[in-house]
Amino acid sequence: MNIEEQLTEKFGANSFEFSQFRDNRRVVVSADRLLAALTYLKNDAGFDQLTDITAVDYLEFPDAVDRYGVVYILLNTQTGARLIVKTLINEPDPQLPSVYSLWRGADWLEREVFDMFGIAFKGHPDLRRILMPEEFTAFPLRKDYPLRGRGERHNFPVITRAES
Amino acid sequence: MPFTISELATANATDKEYLWTLNFGPQHPATHTTLRLILTLDGERVVHAIPDIGFLHSGFEKLAEDLSYNQYVTIVDRMNYISPLANEVAWHHTVEKLMGIELTPRCKYVRTILAELMRLHDHLLNVGTTGLDLGAFTVFLYAFQQRELIYDICEYASGQRFHSSFTRVGGMLYDVDLDWVDRVRDFIKQFPKTHAEIHRLLTRNRIFIDRTKGIGVLSREDAVNYSVTGPLARASGVVRDLRKDDPYLAYADFDFQIVCAKEGDCYARYLVRMQELMESVHIITQAIENIPSGPINVDPEGKAVLPAKTDVYRSIEGLIQHFEIMMPNRGFIPPIEELYAATESPNGELGFYIVSDGKPNAYRARTRPPSFIHFSVFPHMMKGHTLSDVVAVLGSLNIIAAELDR
Repeated sequence: MNIEEQLTEKFGANSFEFSQFRDNRRVVVSADRLLAALTYLKNDAGFDQLTDITAVDYLEFPDAVDRYGVVYILLNTQTGARLIVKTLINEPDPQLPSVYSLWRGADWLEREVFDMFGIAFKGHPDLRRILMPEEFTAFPLRKDYPLRGRGERHNFPVITRAES
Repeated sequence: MPFTISELATANATDKEYLWTLNFGPQHPATHTTLRLILTLDGERVVHAIPDIGFLHSGFEKLAEDLSYNQYVTIVDRMNYISPLANEVAWHHTVEKLMGIELTPRCKYVRTILAELMRLHDHLLNVGTTGLDLGAFTVFLYAFQQRELIYDICEYASGQRFHSSFTRVGGMLYDVDLDWVDRVRDFIKQFPKTHAEIHRLLTRNRIFIDRTKGIGVLSREDAVNYSVTGPLARASGVVRDLRKDDPYLAYADFDFQIVCAKEGDCYARYLVRMQELMESVHIITQAIENIPSGPINVDPEGKAVLPAKTDVYRSIEGLIQHFEIMMPNRGFIPPIEELYAATESPNGELGFYIVSDGKPNAYRARTRPPSFIHFSVFPHMMKGHTLSDVVAVLGSLNIIAAELDR
């Protein structure tokens, strides 16, 4: 039984949207079922490694309905099978449950998504910015953040020679 | 991101007032790159190690949204600058998979040889600097002399020693010639001698063994759970190598082994890297004698590959073709799709997740950086070790800060 059938059997026929492009097998899950689906995939379907978590801001994407897509790339280290799980969330207050309890590797990956997109992960033990400085207020990989021009840099605190 | 030391001090001061905090980096000879550790010490024992990164963050992924698929290769070069061509191969592997381009056999072989040379490059640096940090200075010189020869091979092929930007969508910037093949052959012939010398200097060196054996142990379960890949995972007993499990380029044609160990300590990682050097040499030896003839770029019918410069300068058709590709919105049309593809870079699984909206530049191009993921395991590995083990563990992880922060 392949993974698509397993998921359909477990969660019902209308829960997921399956697709395939080249060798990537993908499934779109609604945000409220995400944690249940990932828990099932980890504990029962053998996807023991979380390769990556990333996010996409679909603000300027043609015909996109939802604002953010959060992508979980899973790997079964025994069989080498990959599965890409995507969930779509919207403004205001984009947030998702953390998968830190399932995969420890999610720690920094979730922090980076939070840092770059402002998507909060509920239940993450230490959700701070990781790459940008703490004073930074914007989320740089969102599409409404300018590529060029003056950003927040002029707001950074300046340490003078006398203070240092 | 800056971490205020006062937070740490208050968190631990109540019951253990004798703990003290040591700042390590961001500029320190043993970090080799720009990263910072905040170590809470109980005497010489490390209680907490808190990594603090982001000093080299320069928004590579944001730049990817503005640069075309061919231009971004110059940025990808600068991620893991120890093995730049491996990044280029990974990036264009993903782009070609997105566009459905099948490379010519000659290009596959040349890219395989270059990717394996980069593995030698990266592992030599790692073995050399690990030795350097642990007091074995000579190994560093032996390793860097060999790296210099690889730089020469890159320079001969692409014109650039360091950031070659050599791959293009559907092929390479230039074809390689017989002189280049001879150079690689000469390099491969003399390399095992240096490899044996490094073995003699380190593998049974009492000081080196004492400082690496049993240090920074990562169990198999933890390696899988913490998303660790590459030589680190293989040293912990995860039998996984994308070159075998999901063969790309020409790897399916060659005979080689996946190098594994069970111990998962710094010494096992060193041994895995040393043996992978020989496996890479083995792959290059097979590939260099069998480079297929024929074109290096795929037929530019699909509007992906620039025509040869001689055609551009000497024929009107070539010139038109060149402009068609260079003009915005006239060249390649990738499908409106999303795709993840990965290659086995020297450091681990280097993958890209590309979202395309049908324009000549990516809508979003996420890098899956092995250094970033490996560094997140560092606090776990440091549990219960002493201050002197910090450099040994850090050395065995092979963190490249430009890839860590992107």
